Amino acid sequence: MSGHLIRSASPLGGERTDLLVRDGVIVALGADAAAQAGSGDVRVDADGLVALPGLVDLHTHLREPGREDTETVESGTRAAAAGGFTAVHAMANTAPVADTAGVVEQVWRLGRDAGWADVRPVGAVTVGLAGERLAELGAMATSAAAVRVFSDDGKCVWDPVLMRRALEYTRAFDGVVAQHAQEPRLTVDAQMHEGVVSAEIGLTGWPAVAEEAIIARDVLLAEHVGGRLHVQHLSTAGSVEIIRWAKARGIAVTAEATPHHLLLTDETARTYDPVYKVNPPLRTAEDVEAVRAGLADGTIDVVATDHAPHAVQDKDCEWAAAAFGMTGLETCLSVVQQVMVEDGAFTWADVARVLSHTPARIGRVTDHGRPIAVGEPANLVLIDPAARRTVDPRVQETASRNSPFAGRELPGQVRWTFLRGRATIADGVAVPHADATGARA
Amino acid sequence: MRHLLSTADLSRADAVALLDTAEAMAQTQSRTIKKLPALRGLTIVNLFFEDSTRTRISFEAAAKRLSADVINFSAKGSSVSKGESLKDTAQTLRAIGADAVVVRHPASGAPHRLAHAGWIDTPVVNAGDGMHQHPTQALLDAFTLRRHLSGGEGDLAGRHVVVVGDVLHSRVARSNVDLLATLGARVTLVAPPTLLPIGVGAWRCEVSSDLDAALVGDVQGEVDAVMMLRVQRERMTSGFFPSEREYARRYGLDAARVDRLPPHALVLHPGPMNRGLEISAEAADSPRSTVVEQVANGVSVRMAVLYTLLAGDLAGEGVA
Ligand SMILES: [Zn+2]
Repeated sequence: MSGHLIRSASPLGGERTDLLVRDGVIVALGADAAAQAGSGDVRVDADGLVALPGLVDLHTHLREPGREDTETVESGTRAAAAGGFTAVHAMANTAPVADTAGVVEQVWRLGRDAGWADVRPVGAVTVGLAGERLAELGAMATSAAAVRVFSDDGKCVWDPVLMRRALEYTRAFDGVVAQHAQEPRLTVDAQMHEGVVSAEIGLTGWPAVAEEAIIARDVLLAEHVGGRLHVQHLSTAGSVEIIRWAKARGIAVTAEATPHHLLLTDETARTYDPVYKVNPPLRTAEDVEAVRAGLADGTIDVVATDHAPHAVQDKDCEWAAAAFGMTGLETCLSVVQQVMVEDGAFTWADVARVLSHTPARIGRVTDHGRPIAVGEPANLVLIDPAARRTVDPRVQETASRNSPFAGRELPGQVRWTFLRGRATIADGVAVPHADATGARA
Repeated sequence: MRHLLSTADLSRADAVALLDTAEAMAQTQSRTIKKLPALRGLTIVNLFFEDSTRTRISFEAAAKRLSADVINFSAKGSSVSKGESLKDTAQTLRAIGADAVVVRHPASGAPHRLAHAGWIDTPVVNAGDGMHQHPTQALLDAFTLRRHLSGGEGDLAGRHVVVVGDVLHSRVARSNVDLLATLGARVTLVAPPTLLPIGVGAWRCEVSSDLDAALVGDVQGEVDAVMMLRVQRERMTSGFFPSEREYARRYGLDAARVDRLPPHALVLHPGPMNRGLEISAEAADSPRSTVVEQVANGVSVRMAVLYTLLAGDLAGEGVA
């Protein structure tokens, strides 16, 4: 199997160097790389490109099984590759729900056969996401899919006793409970952030405290039982404060922010365009600032996309009738570049931390999120930070079109993505996996 | 003016012009032959996703007195549960050649979507959307206030209107705060804190939870009008206030409160009234009550809106 000689890339934005990738592994760096390369190795001109470890998303909706009209494991992971991801965690709110070893293995296998990115299925915490009794968490953990992240995402594990049990039980196999923090009684019929804009435009408000109350409860539960808690798509300034307090106290909690909560505010709802309808809702400019600050100081551990594809008819309607969610895999890195790197808050090493190393560590994905070093798996992304592009959902790889960034100019462009040494994206173009058996190697 | 979606979109000049046009329309309504030829040959669709016979009839009368053809389209039950229906309906309207659409919808923003989603290309008049806006109601309220307080012309500068009741769920309150403030009036909202939206502090008005204190007036001037909002009885069972009796005592307009108003002050209600809850029978039927007059004014105001949207460019000041 021939490899790739990547010429003059900047790992983590640092000194330019050559990388030689063969048989899925980084085999040489620097002068050694060029020296060892043979005529069978593909030359990749990476001058001006930043090399990062392949990105890992802790929060992706792939919609298969059940809503293959909006996304499949194949199309979703192709979108992931286009966005620089080499591993994604697929949320459990499919139909059927991923609450058994059978369903998680099915999703895992579909991902493996598609070959665009490694799919780590997330197991449901409760049977059918009904919030009534625990799903067979252990069976999912010991299945071929080796589930480590459990979430009822889309719904909050509201019952404090169930949440406690989940945090306790998953300790047996080093699992983490990822919570969609949404107090259901405080968000009945809620459509958008509750505040000045909701009051004016007459959409039912979704108070910040509905998120914060659950996070506060859950960090205390995690402390009490010693479980691992991960807070999904944190969106308010108060949530950042609670996580900061919990970490200072030594509680085992991690948190994620989405690209859209780093860039967009509830002012977008004034358009009544449901492309901006998302759960949790877009918050105020002050919240956006607090989330950015939390990401900058490490209170928020990772950026996760919450990529939520929807059919056209589920968005091309009135706001109240529309589905919650927006796509994000193909724009995530650009948004992070814009709001964190270009502001000077982040180096590229920080980007690698929040989009690769730490999400891999939280999800216990062992062969992703590794350093760019000899002997490491060749899961890599090469990006052109100087590129600018206007987002056009019609040319994205995802099967859905509901990007909140449509028409917006964003910096940065993924040029190459390598999954175990194979180019899934080559010079900006998706490369189908001709031989599915290769992914099994 | 392309659409009428929200009173917040109206400038003072727009609003006064609409009220002036409504005044001209009202003059024609005292003639034996009430019908004007202004919109002959045009088709206006009343698209109602929510029952409101009163509002529909008012729009229908307004359109017909301007000689437009009217199609009433009731789509109740197909609204929020099946989101695509709004778009589908819009495309049907496009196919049948509607010249304007008057839309009533339980979802806030539905008229805005209809106007801006690219589904149709006709003027859209918001006849009430969810908890958002009901601009023609606010215009007819302003029209009624202007007739009594400002001699039927100009704006409402310096006037003080107290709006009482379920502000949280009220499109009437939202539309009125925007329009009255634009017209220079001072507005005080009064409601229990559970029925005031979080974020109300940013509105162009004052806010109180003490009706008696608000009605007394203060150094900034006495009360010129009290606008009572309809209270949905189901709000009680969902815990917004403890009981009907407590609500009526604290926020209802009864004879004693009416008696404490200045002699010239008006009582408005968008109807239908819950007598004994937000308004007592005596207050509802008192000479200060403009409830019946508001209905008549509604037709003139809606004529003015349709005329301005559909014929304003053609006829200029022709009617005035
Ligand atoms: Zn979620």
